[in-house]
Amino acid sequence: MIKEDKMPLPKPVQDEFPEASVADAGTKERFPVRFLFAGVIFGIVFTKAEVISWFRILEMFRLQSFHMYGVIGSAVVVGILSLWLIKKFNIKTIDGQKIEVQPKQFSKGQIWGGLIFGLGWALTGACPGPLFAQIGTGATVIVITLLSAIAGTWVYGRVREKLPH
Amino acid sequence: MFEWIKQPWPWYVAGPLIGLIVPALLLLGNKPFGISSSLRHICAACMPSGIPFFRYNWKKEIWNLLFVLGIFFGGMIAAQFLTDPGPVKIAPQLAADLAKNGITDHSNLVPADLFSWRSLLTPRGALLMILGGFLVGFGTRYAGGCTSGHSIMGLSNLQWPSLVATICFMAGGFLAANLLLPWILSL
Repeated sequence: MIKEDKMPLPKPVQDEFPEASVADAGTKERFPVRFLFAGVIFGIVFTKAEVISWFRILEMFRLQSFHMYGVIGSAVVVGILSLWLIKKFNIKTIDGQKIEVQPKQFSKGQIWGGLIFGLGWALTGACPGPLFAQIGTGATVIVITLLSAIAGTWVYGRVREKLPH
Repeated sequence: MFEWIKQPWPWYVAGPLIGLIVPALLLLGNKPFGISSSLRHICAACMPSGIPFFRYNWKKEIWNLLFVLGIFFGGMIAAQFLTDPGPVKIAPQLAADLAKNGITDHSNLVPADLFSWRSLLTPRGALLMILGGFLVGFGTRYAGGCTSGHSIMGLSNLQWPSLVATICFMAGGFLAANLLLPWILSL
Protein backbone atom coordinates (compact mmCIF):
# COMPACT_ATOMS: atom_id res chain seq x y z
CA MET A 1 0.00 0.00 0.00
CA ILE A 2 2.82 2.36 0.87
CA LYS A 3 5.84 2.84 -1.30
CA GLU A 4 8.98 4.17 0.28
CA ASP A 5 10.55 6.17 -2.51
CA LYS A 6 14.16 6.48 -1.43
CA MET A 7 14.59 5.85 2.24
CA PRO A 8 13.10 2.66 3.61
CA LEU A 9 12.17 2.54 7.27
CA PRO A 10 15.24 1.81 9.38
CA LYS A 11 13.91 -1.54 10.52
CA PRO A 12 10.72 -3.45 10.05
CA VAL A 13 8.92 -2.26 13.16
CA GLN A 14 5.20 -2.60 13.60
CA ASP A 15 3.40 -0.67 10.91
CA GLU A 16 -0.24 -1.04 10.14
CA PHE A 17 0.46 -0.42 6.49
CA PRO A 18 1.79 -3.37 4.58
CA GLU A 19 4.64 -2.57 2.22
CA ALA A 20 2.73 -3.80 -0.76
CA SER A 21 -0.73 -5.15 -1.18
CA VAL A 22 -2.29 -7.31 -3.82
CA ALA A 23 -5.28 -5.03 -3.77
CA ASP A 24 -3.31 -2.01 -4.92
CA ALA A 25 -1.08 -3.67 -7.43
CA GLY A 26 -1.28 -1.50 -10.49
CA THR A 27 -4.88 -0.46 -9.99
CA LYS A 28 -5.87 3.13 -9.53
CA GLU A 29 -8.80 3.51 -7.24
CA ARG A 30 -11.95 4.72 -8.89
CA PHE A 31 -14.61 6.75 -7.14
CA PRO A 32 -12.91 7.24 -3.78
CA VAL A 33 -15.91 9.41 -2.94
CA ARG A 34 -17.66 6.19 -1.89
CA PHE A 35 -15.60 6.32 1.28
CA LEU A 36 -16.90 9.81 1.99
CA PHE A 37 -20.44 8.41 2.00
CA ALA A 38 -19.38 5.47 4.17
CA GLY A 39 -17.90 8.01 6.58
CA VAL A 40 -21.11 10.05 6.67
CA ILE A 41 -23.16 6.99 7.63
CA PHE A 42 -20.58 5.97 10.17
CA GLY A 43 -20.46 9.48 11.65
CA ILE A 44 -24.24 9.45 12.08
CA VAL A 45 -24.09 6.05 13.82
CA PHE A 46 -21.22 7.24 16.05
CA THR A 47 -23.19 10.28 17.11
CA LYS A 48 -26.54 8.55 17.61
CA ALA A 49 -24.85 5.75 19.58
CA GLU A 50 -23.35 8.46 21.81
CA VAL A 51 -19.94 6.81 21.59
CA ILE A 52 -18.61 10.32 20.92
CA SER A 53 -19.97 11.42 24.31
CA TRP A 54 -17.42 12.31 26.97
CA PHE A 55 -20.01 11.20 29.54
CA ARG A 56 -20.43 7.75 27.97
CA ILE A 57 -16.68 7.14 27.91
CA LEU A 58 -16.38 8.12 31.55
CA GLU A 59 -19.33 5.87 32.49
CA MET A 60 -17.49 3.01 30.79
CA PHE A 61 -14.23 3.57 32.65
CA ARG A 62 -16.05 3.99 35.94
CA LEU A 63 -18.23 0.91 35.38
CA GLN A 64 -21.37 3.00 35.71
CA SER A 65 -23.05 1.92 32.48
CA PHE A 66 -23.11 -1.12 30.22
CA HIS A 67 -23.70 0.94 27.06
CA MET A 68 -20.13 1.14 25.68
CA TYR A 69 -19.38 -2.50 26.52
CA GLY A 70 -22.52 -3.50 24.64
CA VAL A 71 -21.60 -1.34 21.65
CA ILE A 72 -18.00 -2.56 21.34
CA GLY A 73 -18.89 -6.18 22.16
CA SER A 74 -21.72 -6.45 19.65
CA ALA A 75 -19.65 -4.62 17.01
CA VAL A 76 -16.86 -7.18 17.40
CA VAL A 77 -19.31 -10.11 17.19
CA VAL A 78 -20.77 -8.71 13.95
CA GLY A 79 -17.23 -8.04 12.66
CA ILE A 80 -16.11 -11.62 13.41
CA LEU A 81 -19.20 -13.08 11.70
CA SER A 82 -18.75 -10.80 8.67
CA LEU A 83 -15.10 -11.73 8.17
CA TRP A 84 -15.92 -15.41 8.62
CA LEU A 85 -18.63 -15.18 5.95
CA ILE A 86 -16.32 -13.26 3.59
CA LYS A 87 -13.63 -15.94 3.94
CA LYS A 88 -16.02 -18.90 3.81
CA PHE A 89 -17.80 -17.77 0.65
CA ASN A 90 -14.74 -16.08 -0.83
CA ILE A 91 -16.70 -12.87 -1.33
CA LYS A 92 -15.03 -10.29 -3.60
CA THR A 93 -15.01 -6.51 -3.46
CA ILE A 94 -17.50 -4.64 -5.64
CA ASP A 95 -14.64 -4.19 -8.14
CA GLY A 96 -14.14 -7.97 -8.18
CA GLN A 97 -10.91 -8.10 -6.18
CA LYS A 98 -10.07 -10.77 -3.66
CA ILE A 99 -10.53 -9.49 -0.11
CA GLU A 100 -7.29 -9.56 1.87
CA VAL A 101 -6.88 -8.64 5.51
CA GLN A 102 -3.34 -8.16 6.75
CA PRO A 103 -2.50 -9.75 10.11
CA LYS A 104 -1.35 -7.49 12.95
CA GLN A 105 2.19 -7.96 14.18
CA PHE A 106 2.98 -7.76 17.83
CA SER A 107 5.24 -5.03 19.13
CA LYS A 108 5.80 -3.53 22.57
CA GLY A 109 4.12 -0.45 21.13
CA GLN A 110 0.77 -2.10 21.63
CA ILE A 111 1.47 -2.14 25.37
CA TRP A 112 3.09 1.28 25.88
CA GLY A 113 1.23 3.06 23.13
CA GLY A 114 -1.98 1.34 24.20
CA LEU A 115 -1.63 2.62 27.76
CA ILE A 116 -0.81 6.13 26.54
CA PHE A 117 -3.80 6.19 24.20
CA GLY A 118 -6.02 4.84 27.00
CA LEU A 119 -5.08 7.79 29.20
CA GLY A 120 -5.91 10.20 26.39
CA TRP A 121 -9.16 8.41 25.56
CA ALA A 122 -10.47 8.93 29.11
CA LEU A 123 -9.36 12.59 29.24
CA THR A 124 -10.73 13.67 25.85
CA GLY A 125 -13.66 11.26 25.87
CA ALA A 126 -12.84 10.47 22.28
CA CYS A 127 -10.78 8.18 20.16
CA PRO A 128 -9.67 9.57 16.80
CA GLY A 129 -12.94 8.83 14.94
CA PRO A 130 -15.21 10.54 17.45
CA LEU A 131 -12.95 13.62 17.41
CA PHE A 132 -14.08 14.33 13.85
CA ALA A 133 -17.72 13.68 14.73
CA GLN A 134 -17.53 15.87 17.84
CA ILE A 135 -16.35 18.80 15.73
CA GLY A 136 -19.22 18.10 13.34
CA THR A 137 -21.78 18.31 16.14
CA GLY A 138 -20.68 21.90 16.73
CA ALA A 139 -18.05 21.51 19.45
CA THR A 140 -15.60 23.63 17.44
CA VAL A 141 -12.97 23.78 20.19
CA ILE A 142 -12.29 20.08 19.58
CA VAL A 143 -10.31 21.30 16.55
CA ILE A 144 -7.63 22.09 19.14
CA THR A 145 -7.78 18.51 20.50
CA LEU A 146 -7.48 17.23 16.92
CA LEU A 147 -4.49 19.48 16.16
CA SER A 148 -2.90 18.28 19.38
CA ALA A 149 -3.49 14.66 18.33
CA ILE A 150 -1.86 15.39 14.95
CA ALA A 151 1.07 16.91 16.85
CA GLY A 152 1.25 13.77 19.01
CA THR A 153 1.39 11.59 15.90
CA TRP A 154 4.11 13.80 14.43
CA VAL A 155 6.21 13.64 17.61
CA TYR A 156 5.83 9.85 17.62
CA GLY A 157 7.12 9.76 14.04
CA ARG A 158 10.02 11.94 15.11
CA VAL A 159 11.13 9.86 18.12
CA ARG A 160 9.97 6.39 17.15
CA GLU A 161 13.46 4.98 16.60
CA LYS A 162 14.32 5.73 20.22
CA LEU A 163 11.23 3.98 21.59
CA PRO A 164 11.01 0.29 22.49
CA HIS A 165 9.10 -1.69 19.87
CA MET B 1 -40.15 5.79 13.14
CA PHE B 2 -38.50 9.19 12.75
CA GLU B 3 -39.21 9.96 16.39
CA TRP B 4 -37.40 6.76 17.32
CA ILE B 5 -34.37 7.68 15.21
CA LYS B 6 -34.11 10.97 17.06
CA GLN B 7 -33.68 9.19 20.39
CA PRO B 8 -30.19 7.95 21.39
CA TRP B 9 -29.74 4.53 19.81
CA PRO B 10 -29.40 1.58 22.20
CA TRP B 11 -26.20 -0.46 22.15
CA TYR B 12 -27.81 -3.46 20.44
CA VAL B 13 -28.67 -1.28 17.45
CA ALA B 14 -25.56 0.91 17.33
CA GLY B 15 -23.01 -1.84 18.04
CA PRO B 16 -23.98 -4.14 15.14
CA LEU B 17 -24.13 -1.13 12.78
CA ILE B 18 -20.58 -0.17 13.80
CA GLY B 19 -19.54 -3.81 13.28
CA LEU B 20 -20.93 -3.68 9.72
CA ILE B 21 -18.43 -0.97 8.80
CA VAL B 22 -15.78 -3.75 8.76
CA PRO B 23 -17.29 -5.70 5.82
CA ALA B 24 -18.53 -2.46 4.23
CA LEU B 25 -15.01 -1.03 3.83
CA LEU B 26 -13.66 -4.38 2.65
CA LEU B 27 -16.40 -4.74 0.04
CA LEU B 28 -16.08 -1.12 -1.07
CA GLY B 29 -12.38 -1.46 -1.83
CA ASN B 30 -10.41 -3.84 0.39
CA LYS B 31 -9.85 -1.24 3.09
CA PRO B 32 -9.11 -2.26 6.66
CA PHE B 33 -11.21 -0.26 9.11
CA GLY B 34 -8.95 2.18 10.92
CA ILE B 35 -9.16 5.85 11.72
CA SER B 36 -6.04 6.96 13.58
CA SER B 37 -3.98 6.43 10.39
CA SER B 38 -5.66 9.55 9.06
CA LEU B 39 -3.60 11.58 11.56
CA ARG B 40 -0.43 10.08 10.10
CA HIS B 41 -1.57 10.89 6.55
CA ILE B 42 -2.20 14.49 7.58
CA CYS B 43 1.36 14.66 8.93
CA ALA B 44 2.71 13.06 5.76
CA ALA B 45 0.77 15.51 3.59
CA CYS B 46 1.37 18.72 5.55
CA MET B 47 4.66 18.44 7.43
CA PRO B 48 6.68 15.31 6.62
CA SER B 49 9.84 17.25 7.61
CA GLY B 50 12.07 14.53 6.17
CA ILE B 51 10.99 12.05 8.86
CA PRO B 52 11.13 8.53 7.39
CA PHE B 53 7.85 7.58 9.11
CA PHE B 54 6.06 10.21 7.03
CA ARG B 55 7.79 9.49 3.72
CA TYR B 56 5.28 7.50 1.78
CA ASN B 57 2.73 8.13 -0.88
CA TRP B 58 -0.10 9.43 1.29
CA LYS B 59 -2.18 10.15 -1.82
CA LYS B 60 -2.76 6.40 -2.08
CA GLU B 61 -4.49 6.62 1.30
CA ILE B 62 -6.78 9.46 0.31
CA TRP B 63 -9.78 7.20 0.96
CA ASN B 64 -8.99 7.36 4.67
CA LEU B 65 -9.03 11.17 4.68
CA LEU B 66 -12.35 11.17 2.78
CA PHE B 67 -13.69 8.68 5.32
CA VAL B 68 -12.88 10.92 8.30
CA LEU B 69 -14.24 13.96 6.45
CA GLY B 70 -17.43 11.96 6.07
CA ILE B 71 -17.47 11.24 9.81
CA PHE B 72 -17.30 15.01 10.40
CA PHE B 73 -20.32 15.56 8.12
CA GLY B 74 -22.11 12.61 9.73
CA GLY B 75 -21.72 14.20 13.15
CA MET B 76 -23.09 17.43 11.73
CA ILE B 77 -26.12 15.76 10.12
CA ALA B 78 -26.91 13.74 13.25
CA ALA B 79 -26.71 16.80 15.51
CA GLN B 80 -28.67 19.09 13.18
CA PHE B 81 -31.45 16.84 11.95
CA LEU B 82 -31.54 13.58 13.89
CA THR B 83 -31.41 14.63 17.52
CA ASP B 84 -34.09 15.86 19.87
CA PRO B 85 -33.01 18.85 21.88
CA GLY B 86 -32.74 18.13 25.56
CA PRO B 87 -30.21 16.93 28.08
CA VAL B 88 -28.05 13.86 27.51
CA LYS B 89 -28.99 10.99 29.81
CA ILE B 90 -26.20 10.24 32.24
CA ALA B 91 -25.74 7.57 34.91
CA PRO B 92 -26.99 9.14 38.19
CA GLN B 93 -23.78 8.27 40.02
CA LEU B 94 -21.69 10.02 37.35
CA ALA B 95 -23.95 13.07 37.36
CA ALA B 96 -23.56 13.34 41.15
CA ASP B 97 -19.75 12.97 40.94
CA LEU B 98 -19.45 15.60 38.22
CA ALA B 99 -21.74 18.04 40.00
CA LYS B 100 -19.18 18.18 42.82
CA ASN B 101 -16.78 19.76 40.35
CA GLY B 102 -19.33 22.15 38.91
CA ILE B 103 -20.03 20.13 35.74
CA THR B 104 -23.80 20.38 35.49
CA ASP B 105 -24.39 21.25 31.82
CA HIS B 106 -25.64 18.02 30.22
CA SER B 107 -27.03 19.60 27.07
CA ASN B 108 -24.29 18.30 24.74
CA LEU B 109 -22.41 15.03 24.23
CA VAL B 110 -19.29 17.15 24.73
CA PRO B 111 -19.73 18.88 28.13
CA ALA B 112 -19.58 22.63 27.59
CA ASP B 113 -18.34 23.18 31.16
CA LEU B 114 -15.07 21.50 30.22
CA PHE B 115 -14.69 21.69 26.45
CA SER B 116 -15.18 25.25 25.28
CA TRP B 117 -12.99 27.99 23.84
CA ARG B 118 -13.19 29.80 27.16
CA SER B 119 -12.09 26.79 29.21
CA LEU B 120 -9.19 26.12 26.82
CA LEU B 121 -7.15 28.64 28.80
CA THR B 122 -7.97 27.13 32.20
CA PRO B 123 -5.68 24.44 33.67
CA ARG B 124 -8.29 21.69 33.46
CA GLY B 125 -9.44 22.62 29.97
CA ALA B 126 -5.87 22.73 28.69
CA LEU B 127 -5.02 19.38 30.30
CA LEU B 128 -8.12 17.67 28.92
CA MET B 129 -7.95 19.05 25.39
CA ILE B 130 -4.28 19.74 24.67
CA LEU B 131 -2.61 17.02 26.76
CA GLY B 132 -5.47 14.57 26.13
CA GLY B 133 -5.32 15.11 22.37
CA PHE B 134 -1.55 14.71 22.33
CA LEU B 135 -1.77 11.40 24.20
CA VAL B 136 -4.42 10.16 21.76
CA GLY B 137 -2.29 11.00 18.72
CA PHE B 138 0.99 9.71 20.17
CA GLY B 139 -0.48 6.60 21.77
CA THR B 140 -2.55 5.41 18.82
CA ARG B 141 0.38 5.64 16.44
CA TYR B 142 2.76 3.96 18.90
CA ALA B 143 0.17 1.18 19.37
CA GLY B 144 -0.32 0.96 15.58
CA GLY B 145 -4.06 1.62 15.78
CA CYS B 146 -6.93 2.88 17.85
CA THR B 147 -10.27 1.54 18.98
CA SER B 148 -11.35 1.04 15.38
CA GLY B 149 -8.13 -0.46 14.01
CA HIS B 150 -7.39 -2.76 16.94
CA SER B 151 -10.53 -3.18 19.06
CA ILE B 152 -12.99 -3.53 16.18
CA MET B 153 -10.99 -4.51 13.06
CA GLY B 154 -8.19 -6.42 14.78
CA LEU B 155 -10.45 -8.34 17.17
CA SER B 156 -12.86 -9.11 14.32
CA ASN B 157 -9.93 -10.73 12.54
CA LEU B 158 -8.99 -12.60 15.75
CA GLN B 159 -5.59 -10.94 16.04
CA TRP B 160 -4.04 -11.45 19.48
CA PRO B 161 -1.82 -8.34 19.28
CA SER B 162 -5.03 -6.34 18.95
CA LEU B 163 -6.35 -8.00 22.11
CA VAL B 164 -3.17 -6.92 23.93
CA ALA B 165 -3.67 -3.38 22.60
CA THR B 166 -7.33 -3.33 23.63
CA ILE B 167 -6.54 -4.49 27.16
CA CYS B 168 -3.93 -1.73 27.43
CA PHE B 169 -6.38 0.89 26.08
CA MET B 170 -8.80 -0.12 28.80
CA ALA B 171 -6.12 -0.18 31.51
CA GLY B 172 -4.97 3.33 30.58
CA GLY B 173 -8.57 4.52 30.49
CA PHE B 174 -9.38 3.08 33.92
CA LEU B 175 -6.26 4.72 35.37
CA ALA B 176 -7.05 8.10 33.88
CA ALA B 177 -10.78 8.08 34.61
CA ASN B 178 -10.46 6.99 38.24
CA LEU B 179 -7.14 8.42 39.42
CA LEU B 180 -6.06 11.23 37.10
CA LEU B 181 -9.39 12.77 36.16
CA PRO B 182 -10.67 13.48 39.70
CA TRP B 183 -7.51 15.52 40.25
CA ILE B 184 -7.77 17.37 36.91
CA LEU B 185 -11.45 18.18 37.45
CA SER B 186 -10.68 19.64 40.88
CA LEU B 187 -8.23 22.18 39.41
